[in-house]
Amino acid sequence: MNETILVATQLSKFFRQPEPFQVLKDISLSVRKGEFITIIGKSGCGKSSLLYLLSTLDTDYTGSLAINGSKVTGLNEHALSGFRNEHIGFVFQFHYLLPEFTVLQNIMIPAMKLGKLSRQQIEHNAMERLEQMEIRGLASKPSGKLSGGQQQRVAIARALINNPGIIMADEPTGNLDSTNTQIIFNIFHQLAQEGNTILAVTHDNDFAARSDRIIEMMDGRIK
Amino acid sequence: MNLPVNLLISGTQLLARKRQSFIAMLGVIFGIAMFIFMISFMKGVNNYIQDTMLSAIPDIHIYNDIRTDYASSVTSTWLGNDTAKMIVVHHPRPEKVRLNLKNASLIIADLKTRSDVEVVSPLLSTQVFFNYGPVQLNGVLDGVNILEEARLFSLRERMMTGRAENLLTADKGILLGQGLADKLNVVRGDLVTLATPAGASMRFRVVGTFSFGLSTVDNIKAYVSLSGVQQLLAKDHDYITDIRVKLKDINGARDLAAVCRKKYGYKSEDWESSNPSIKAGNLIRDTLTWVVSLTLLTVAGFGIYNIMNMVISSKMKDIAILKAQGFDGRDILTIFLSQSLVIGILGALAGLLLGFLLSYGLSRVPFPQTEFTFMKFFPVVFEIKYYFFGAGFGMLTTFVAGVLPARKAARVDPVAILRS
Repeated sequence: MNETILVATQLSKFFRQPEPFQVLKDISLSVRKGEFITIIGKSGCGKSSLLYLLSTLDTDYTGSLAINGSKVTGLNEHALSGFRNEHIGFVFQFHYLLPEFTVLQNIMIPAMKLGKLSRQQIEHNAMERLEQMEIRGLASKPSGKLSGGQQQRVAIARALINNPGIIMADEPTGNLDSTNTQIIFNIFHQLAQEGNTILAVTHDNDFAARSDRIIEMMDGRIK
Repeated sequence: MNLPVNLLISGTQLLARKRQSFIAMLGVIFGIAMFIFMISFMKGVNNYIQDTMLSAIPDIHIYNDIRTDYASSVTSTWLGNDTAKMIVVHHPRPEKVRLNLKNASLIIADLKTRSDVEVVSPLLSTQVFFNYGPVQLNGVLDGVNILEEARLFSLRERMMTGRAENLLTADKGILLGQGLADKLNVVRGDLVTLATPAGASMRFRVVGTFSFGLSTVDNIKAYVSLSGVQQLLAKDHDYITDIRVKLKDINGARDLAAVCRKKYGYKSEDWESSNPSIKAGNLIRDTLTWVVSLTLLTVAGFGIYNIMNMVISSKMKDIAILKAQGFDGRDILTIFLSQSLVIGILGALAGLLLGFLLSYGLSRVPFPQTEFTFMKFFPVVFEIKYYFFGAGFGMLTTFVAGVLPARKAARVDPVAILRS
């Protein structure tokens, strides 16, 4: 499992507002398939900026980025959206489920957007993911009625629905109590053991300690 | 149902805030309903006024105008330009002319061959005094071919007593305007004596009375046969002063009048030129209706714009997460624009229905009756083209009102939202 899935070369990013500031300085990085990497560092060191950049959401940077062997730097918005849909799964600090939809629908939406499977197959896969998260019983609940820990598990199930090449997580436990934090930790480790590639930003050293590789950042550089 | 995912999201969001969607829809419903209602009523009013005013006016009127223009003179031929010999005549009197149309029967025959002409009715008209006992009234006597005159002015519907065809069967029959008959205090069967300004007089028997709903007509006008007036005036049987034409399409009058003027050499007046106030009145009422209606629809558009803006502001996080998951700007635009369009389309349909019901309701409200109104209910027209226009404009407004906020949503930068 030494295949490289993500290569970043000399990434730099500037904020122009409120005053010119270089948040990332010549960052080069590669991620091998199946790796579980955590990015740590003090707040303001640029770790979230790096994650948004690597996830193709932020295109305002210099340097180049390739994921799954294809160069994503310079692609237009439409192509990047399609790319994210297929290859990247997101987990955010705040759950960010769509409140009008049921748990099951929330998980199904990215797969419906991808449109490669029939509605029945997608539903079947979504139920399997819920099973994996041990929250099968919540499938038909409105997502707004769930507790924070449950919502984060739904969000992880949603991130997995298209079997993405890489899962990106931004402080996935940042908003949870210790019990739920533990559950989410365990899920991530389990996912890592199943061979998923995970790139997670965290400020939790316990979480980081159990990952394959820790990238520590300071002042826009990798330490 | 396997809706495309964008529409599934759009529909779910719309249903999740039924109240808000419904209120936005109400704006469109009322806007379109009032447009339909006002335009149907105003067009009804226009038609009523036009029908009433034109009831005694032909579409085209051909007659021999008295000329007072002596610009072309024979003096120069006889006297040269020798001003010393000239006698200047100020304010010459009109020369004595015969006012008849010299080739009337040819003109009538020619007009009848035209496919756009419905009725051609010749007329010989004269001023008369109506004598009945001591009562003497000034009036106008029209000698007509009653069958054609009846078709020209829908006389059969306007008869108060007797029948128009009685003129054909009765010897020296006369149809009187109802106001005239009342003033003379005559009824069917009575004899009236008519005197011309030239002094001739003749007795006619009243065979019917009619009313146009216009006192200017009903109080002065009477019909007899063409030959009756020709006898009264001591003219020959092809002496005709006017030809009136009714067209299949009233809007063609101006063009045909110009053709007649050129072809026959007599003055030809179309109803628009002789009654500019009808067109002006229509234009003013139409303008008012359109301005008010379009304002209502535009205000409804602002309602949608406001609500969609609010919705999108509250959905920033959702937009960011959708974008992170692979929805691009076009998808987001589709999601929010389709919500506006659903509001617009449902609102437009409901508005058309409400507009129709309001119009129908008004058309069943009795109109206050007076002596001269022939209208039983408020005038309302039901024309499908206004319904199409209302629906079309309503949808256009909601489209514009929906595009602006939806474009804003499409341009949301997910990073800016997710970071905060």
